[in-house]
Amino acid sequence: MIQAIVFFPLIGALVAGLLGRIIGHRTSEYLTTGLLIVSALLAWVVFSGYWFAPAEAEASVTKVEILRWVTSGPLELNWILRVDTLTAVMLVVVTTVSSLVHVYSIGYMADDPYRARFFAYLSLFTFAMLMLVTADNFLQMFFGWEGVGLMSYLLIGFWYTRPSANAAAIKAFVVNRVGDFGFALGIFAAFMVLGHLGFDDAFAAVAGQAGKTMHFLSWDFDAMTVVCLLLFMGAMGKSAQFLLHTWLPDAMEGPTPVSALIHAATMVTAGVFMVARLSPMFDASPFAMSVVFTVGAITAFFAATVGLVQNDIKRVIAYSTCSQLGYMFVALGAGVYSAGIFHLFTHAFFKALLFLGAGSVIHAMHHEQDMRNMGGLAKKIPRTYWMMLIGTLALTGVGIPGTPLGFAGFFSKDAIIETAYAVGGNLGTFGFWALVIAAMFTSFYSWRLIHLTFHGEARWGHAHAPADAHDHSSHAEPDTDHGHSHEPHESPNVMLVPLYVLAAGAVLAGVVWHENFFGHAEEITEFFKGAVTVSTERMEAAHAVPVLVSWSATIAMLIGFGAAWYMYMVDKAAPARLAAANPGLYKFLLNKWYFDELYDLIFVRPANYLGTALWKGFDDWLVDQTIVEGLGHRVRDVTNRVVKLQSGYLYHYAFVMLIGIALLLTWVIVSAGLLG
Amino acid sequence: MNIFDNILTLVTFLPLLGAAILLFVPANDDAGKDLARWIALLTSVVTLILSLWMWARFDNSNAGFQFVENYEWIGSSIGYRMGVDGVSVLFVVLTALLLPACVLASWTSIQNRVREYMLVFLVLETMCIGVFTTLDLAMFYVFFEGSLIPMFLIIGIWGGARRIQAAYKFFFYSFTGTVLMLLAIMAMYWQAGTLDIRKLLAFHFDPSVQFWLWIGFFASFAVKMPMWPFHRWLPEAHVEAPTAGSVILAAILLKLGGYGFIRFSLAMFPDASLQFAPFVFTLSVAAIILTSLVALVQTDMKKLIAYSSVAHMGFVTMGIFSGNVMAVHGAVFQMISHGIVSAALFLCVGVVYDRMHTREISAYGGLVEPMPRYAVAFMVFTMANVGLPGTSGFIGEFLTMIGTFQVNTWVVFFSAFGVILSAAYALWLYRRIIFGALTKESLKGILDLNLREVAVLAPLVILTILFGFYPAPILDATAASVNLIAENFSKAIGDTAALVAAAN
Repeated sequence: MIQAIVFFPLIGALVAGLLGRIIGHRTSEYLTTGLLIVSALLAWVVFSGYWFAPAEAEASVTKVEILRWVTSGPLELNWILRVDTLTAVMLVVVTTVSSLVHVYSIGYMADDPYRARFFAYLSLFTFAMLMLVTADNFLQMFFGWEGVGLMSYLLIGFWYTRPSANAAAIKAFVVNRVGDFGFALGIFAAFMVLGHLGFDDAFAAVAGQAGKTMHFLSWDFDAMTVVCLLLFMGAMGKSAQFLLHTWLPDAMEGPTPVSALIHAATMVTAGVFMVARLSPMFDASPFAMSVVFTVGAITAFFAATVGLVQNDIKRVIAYSTCSQLGYMFVALGAGVYSAGIFHLFTHAFFKALLFLGAGSVIHAMHHEQDMRNMGGLAKKIPRTYWMMLIGTLALTGVGIPGTPLGFAGFFSKDAIIETAYAVGGNLGTFGFWALVIAAMFTSFYSWRLIHLTFHGEARWGHAHAPADAHDHSSHAEPDTDHGHSHEPHESPNVMLVPLYVLAAGAVLAGVVWHENFFGHAEEITEFFKGAVTVSTERMEAAHAVPVLVSWSATIAMLIGFGAAWYMYMVDKAAPARLAAANPGLYKFLLNKWYFDELYDLIFVRPANYLGTALWKGFDDWLVDQTIVEGLGHRVRDVTNRVVKLQSGYLYHYAFVMLIGIALLLTWVIVSAGLLG
Repeated sequence: MNIFDNILTLVTFLPLLGAAILLFVPANDDAGKDLARWIALLTSVVTLILSLWMWARFDNSNAGFQFVENYEWIGSSIGYRMGVDGVSVLFVVLTALLLPACVLASWTSIQNRVREYMLVFLVLETMCIGVFTTLDLAMFYVFFEGSLIPMFLIIGIWGGARRIQAAYKFFFYSFTGTVLMLLAIMAMYWQAGTLDIRKLLAFHFDPSVQFWLWIGFFASFAVKMPMWPFHRWLPEAHVEAPTAGSVILAAILLKLGGYGFIRFSLAMFPDASLQFAPFVFTLSVAAIILTSLVALVQTDMKKLIAYSSVAHMGFVTMGIFSGNVMAVHGAVFQMISHGIVSAALFLCVGVVYDRMHTREISAYGGLVEPMPRYAVAFMVFTMANVGLPGTSGFIGEFLTMIGTFQVNTWVVFFSAFGVILSAAYALWLYRRIIFGALTKESLKGILDLNLREVAVLAPLVILTILFGFYPAPILDATAASVNLIAENFSKAIGDTAALVAAAN
């Protein structure tokens, strides 16, 4: 069964990719989508098995060996599909969102001339992601890791005629590679310290490493801290955490279904999955855990601040994703892995919903993405509006604390905020406040998005300048030739049905699975069956927080909602006034804290400058002209003096001379052999 | 008589026989040209089949030399000795595999002196295979040196505008290196009294002698490899060489250096290898980082790929001198993989060069539309060049790095920057050639891969992906010999360490 889940998408991708032009677009779409739906149904079957299985059930880990991979000396790595509760959760998330995105894309990409290729990419991405979550050793995880990176690169750059899409694609790949730099070193270090790259063997070896140091570079560090921090660097790249986040907003250049699948629900959560999968290792390094916690908290706060002022509808959601990933890492850093996975699970539903909803808005607006040119759409596209509203309620975490009433995000976000508070000390206080403020900002920018897009007066129609910041000439972009009607139109059912399904998830995912992910330690253990570590102590602490802490997220949410209501519905001049009053701060946020400019200045330009200098200065000038040719000139000067050359073709003479030397020396050695 | 008694002689000299037959092909009219091409293709394909047959009969569990032929020639010191072990056998297959590709790639692009061209290529094949199959140091030297001359002619006669200078530079560098190697070979003879490689492998050279011998061999192999900063000849030679010349240069000739490092430097001079390891590591890291940076700013497709070759060879030298099983295994794998991938990349450049007659990156853009098949093949090889898991490029990099990490973390820390930089330059190249809008008038009528080009590239695409997912055929064939080499190395340096400890 697990083979079918993993390999059906691959089969679909290969057929659509290689035979797409023969079998046609329609067949390719139906084939890949059909296979993924089957894959998703099977994934739910597997998941149910783990959900309902009795606590003491044997064989909670299933492994299916596929093929030998790398065998060298002490290394023995195979392709293995490993399923446990953690994997089952991921299987459900990946295949469900992916199959819905496939269905949605049939409508969204209907006019694209390269649809078969698009569906092949989507399916291949899904395959790589499934290989990642079913990995049984570090190397296979790295395979999936890089595989999803490649597909992300190809899908961001899908509209390859746009320079901005190409630039974003390369940026995504290269920034991820910076993270992979750490991941790769982490794998090497893990092998050196633990002696194994298979997860089970490696985890078993962790116990013996407590307090041991390893010699890394020129210093001795705590072994597990080095390993975990290096690995975490990979997670930071993939999950767009602070400092390595710059690629994610740019990745919005890809088609919107891609953003929903890759840059919201699945690939970007790979970092979270990785840390959870390696929970026994991270547990062994309190320092690494506090780094994870801190980075998560900073990201949650930072991305939320930037999200406040963005005008592109997709970028707002992208920063929101970045921020929510920060929440997940806070939970992991606090050692309550199940809470992080819980948020990953619920977030997948409501964030994919928001992205696909935004896609529906963009579709309706004929590829307008600037919210300043929207407004009043609620009446034009009511179904999309309601779905976006559900997504927003889930994202902002609407619910009543202390009762099982609330949207999905309410349960998982509150769980994380309580967890952060329970960490205590300076770290816990910092994390708690960062998250609560971020929750307030989240609520603000989410409602700002809703108000700007759906409420108020319509700002489209007259002000729709054709050349306005987007490329109408690109043939690859679907739906540009819809004639002259700029009247927004509701999307077809094939795009709306996936929204309904995701909306159901956004409403119910929290209520239904709350106890499994964030109940009492026993319940969680019973559910995960050892797939992640569960600390009873931390769980109890997280449940024992003051009432005010439980309410904090809800209060923050209400403040954000109120502020957004006031600034965008009541006093509409307020945002402009506020920006004018704090021009520095506004610019700072609008330009995303100037990270792109900074990196360009300290990395990109020096690399190019150094490359040129090494090439022109070292290779061409020093080695080539000065040393080698200089040597040649000296030789020529000497030969000129000694022999009168009759024609000036130095090279021929030199060549003959060298051949002569070769022959002579060959003769010498042969005769030496004779003498011996 | 069993054919396998002489299989290596057959594989090595069959191309030379084909070359001899070519001498009798008459004038250079069209029929003669075609005949020359077909003879060359037939010869190289038969050689390939023989080499594959040999590989099929190769015993993976045997760490020693197989298919050995041994005839005394000059006393017991110099002889006609052939044999392959796990380290060399695959290079024979690789050479035989790429020759048909070279002949096919030159099918229409070479119109000038076709007979001589094919003749020179077949001679080159014999020289290259000979380097890997011979078990006599004197013959090794002859083959090693002999490979220079055909390559010199290929660049000098069929090359681009600055071919004479490039050919001269290629020769000058390589030759200077080999002179020192020759001195070392003579010194080895005086020490050991034989040039039989098997006996030399068993002979223990005094560490103080090893020092000088190591330097002698290093001079030759480091230039061949090429290691930074002896690499300057390579970009120039690549740029001027015809496509097939670049293929052999990158895929095979560079590997002569790596093979030599393993066979001689590491296996015969372990103490010196250990002593020089930090030096080699430094140069390897410099190659990986500095030449990657240089590759980043290139404007010529071939130069960019040539510089990336230097960077990839940095992983090989790093792995070899780490001396443990994983690292050496990775180095061998990386060489085979790079042989396939770099050959394919140069073939890809040749495809568009044949159509547009320029290698300037800026002359291209948007090729994905008129050339979808080409775009797919180029993507696969670009990703292999980047070292993406699932392509053969990954396995070698991974093994060399994880092996070296056990020895020296600084080296791996720096070499891992290559992971970032290779992605940057390779994708930047791909984006400028394949992606973007098709706006250049000159490119509008460009045609996708024809059947001949597909026949050349498709097997390489398949091998690149196959060895990424299932590298066992290569790893298994090399495992026993690599284990033996690594074991001997650790024993030798262990002895040294013990001596030092005893002395203290």
